[in-house]
Amino acid sequence: MTEPDDKTLIRGARLLGGEPQDVLLADGTVQEIGRGIEAPGAEVVEAQGGILLPGLVDLHTHLREPGREDSETVLTGTRAAAKGGYTAVHAMANTFPVADTAGVVEQVWRLGKEYGYCDVRPVGAVTVGLEGKQLAELGAMHDSAAGVRVFSDDGKCVDDAVIMRRALEYVKAFDGVVAQHAQEPRLTEGAQMNEGTVSAELGLAGWPAVAEESIIARDVLLAAHVGSRVHICHLSTAGSVEIVRWAKSKGWNVTAEVTPHHLLLTDEMVRSYNPVYKVNPPLRTEADVMALREALADGTIDCVATDHAPHPHEDKDCEWGAAAMGMVGLETALSVVQHTMVETGLLDWAQVADRMSHRPAAIGRLEGHGRPVAHGEPANLVLVDAAYRGQVDPAGFASRSANTPYEGRELPGRVTHTWLRGRATVVDGVLR
Amino acid sequence: MKRHLISAADLTRDDAVLILDTAEEMARFADRPIKKLPTLRGRTIVNLFFEDSTRTRISFEAAAKRLSADVINFSAKGSSVSKGESLKDTALTLEAMGADAVVIRHGDSGAPHRLATSGWIGGSVVNAGDGTHEHPTQALLDAFTMRRRLVGAEGAGLDGRRITIVGDILHSRVARSNVHLLSTLGAHVTLVAPPTLLPIGVESWPCEVSYDLDAVLAKSDAVMMLRVQRERMNAAFFPTEREYARRYGLDGERMARMPERSIVMHPGPMNRGMEITAEVADSPRCTAVEQVANGVSIRMAVMYLLLGGAEPARPAPAPEGGAASRPHAGGSRTKEDH
Repeated sequence: MTEPDDKTLIRGARLLGGEPQDVLLADGTVQEIGRGIEAPGAEVVEAQGGILLPGLVDLHTHLREPGREDSETVLTGTRAAAKGGYTAVHAMANTFPVADTAGVVEQVWRLGKEYGYCDVRPVGAVTVGLEGKQLAELGAMHDSAAGVRVFSDDGKCVDDAVIMRRALEYVKAFDGVVAQHAQEPRLTEGAQMNEGTVSAELGLAGWPAVAEESIIARDVLLAAHVGSRVHICHLSTAGSVEIVRWAKSKGWNVTAEVTPHHLLLTDEMVRSYNPVYKVNPPLRTEADVMALREALADGTIDCVATDHAPHPHEDKDCEWGAAAMGMVGLETALSVVQHTMVETGLLDWAQVADRMSHRPAAIGRLEGHGRPVAHGEPANLVLVDAAYRGQVDPAGFASRSANTPYEGRELPGRVTHTWLRGRATVVDGVLR
Repeated sequence: MKRHLISAADLTRDDAVLILDTAEEMARFADRPIKKLPTLRGRTIVNLFFEDSTRTRISFEAAAKRLSADVINFSAKGSSVSKGESLKDTALTLEAMGADAVVIRHGDSGAPHRLATSGWIGGSVVNAGDGTHEHPTQALLDAFTMRRRLVGAEGAGLDGRRITIVGDILHSRVARSNVHLLSTLGAHVTLVAPPTLLPIGVESWPCEVSYDLDAVLAKSDAVMMLRVQRERMNAAFFPTEREYARRYGLDGERMARMPERSIVMHPGPMNRGMEITAEVADSPRCTAVEQVANGVSIRMAVMYLLLGGAEPARPAPAPEGGAASRPHAGGSRTKEDH
């Protein structure tokens, strides 16, 4: 294992997709960028034209520990993150017990630090037990060693308007942000998939777009009213895009994320009744997918977040109605973004760095990540072989779970190296 | 015929007509003193019912027994999850017992599809109703009843016949299967319901939609009344039972405005006083009891065709594309068994 004070020379890397250059890492930072750098004694990585990006930052990861270690742990989840090119992940609060106290968030944070594959920033629950009734000790979680800045009841919507208002107001004291899982609960009782022509045919209870959009509309208005910032998790419909676009045009402090799967897959996949496509919010229509891509390109949607949601095999190897919702995503996110956004000409690599590193780090107020690849910056980096083409094989995942909707699908790009503060966590596609 | 019967949407017109014609032949045996045919002797058919449905289960059971199959009834009440055993493990158990066909009724839409495509079992799968998705043998027996009453010719479809389906379309697997099958057979289907009981997306179905029962009655060759659960009003699908009955129920007065030879159908069980009055239910126009009898013939035909009838036992499935041989009315098929 490379010691922090060891040097690494990356030769011929295309910074943000630009012309090949050499990058010298030393003491956990980027020490020099240029052509023909000589560094005797440094470990040399031949990038061979690979794309060098700042380490990716995920605002939305389910690490499942504590409580569901059968599907993922902080160790397996951060290893998966490193393989996917991530140097920081935000661990969602819906664990058992719920991350609604300083004790739980510190435990998760500490485990991430111990393993050292990827920085783990716990997300704190907004309400006690995710029950939407009483605010959790948001300040205590912020003041803890974990330094929580993002709060979310993800998996559940903070549907009570007063609780949401108070949470938005309260976290202003320490520049926190509430990340809303926008799902009107009454409109989605028993919901199984997007409500539309496909659900009508399949006889599966519908999850209407309006259940997401009505909450987003309410919350951007609330955020504007109390002068807080609000973040919208996994935005999935064309209508949601319109509302966020409108809110931003007003100058309100609203940010939003989209998952890789909502950029690629549609509810047509549900015709197979294969629960690998069961996810919340559900896969939507082709028109929604196109609107989401466009919104990510024009900046209406700020960032890509995986909503990496591991589930054990038996929770997907069953009938649709009995299956768990969610997909793993850390190890395929960059490939899906390359496929849907870069190869379609919607984003260049510098913009990919913006949407997958700079902006999520900024929303989470995460220091040391999402920085430019420049002299003196922390050496949190990822090297991508963008020319690579291969089929997704979950057998090779570092995640403990394999519930990917992309099995057997050909996707472009492969993370060859990931560096966390100058130390390689992935070398030639293999975890260190 | 294909190997499984999961959805009426999977049936071509030729498939559907073959099943109806085969059912006619099966029906002829029902009138004989000895109703049993030896064609599926030695085959095992499992009725796997995750939901209570005595009517459907005994219809499948009677059909299988008349074809001399061995029948195992596996009643797994409640969901697979609450029961603690997964659908997969149940399927593997049935596979180990050598089931040639599994007739499945399940509360989750798509469960028969999963059973047929997951590789858990090798036999045929017959959907006996899944969630709010489909109930293809119900649609087949309905089409069989309509063809007998409204067309009266074997080898035919339902071309040009106007069929109206009334009631809780949103939650009805019977309606979904009927819309697919009846349109495949050439009928014009109109769905009538309050807008709350029609699915979002219904406009993509091969049928018309109306909110006004009185407007379509006079041009309906058959009116199919669906059961409407009284509890639906608790979820605000309609205000009261009485208002539903007034606007969408079929009473004698409304029936009198239907064309002379038209029929009233109901898949049962009926909610007398709700979607249908006793006067209509007991009238000669109502085919509800006839539908039950026809159900046995249809299910015999389906199992006969899926299991290849005269062909050797597993693993050989019925040939694709409706090429399965039809039974001879003489009933002398014994020698071809095993």
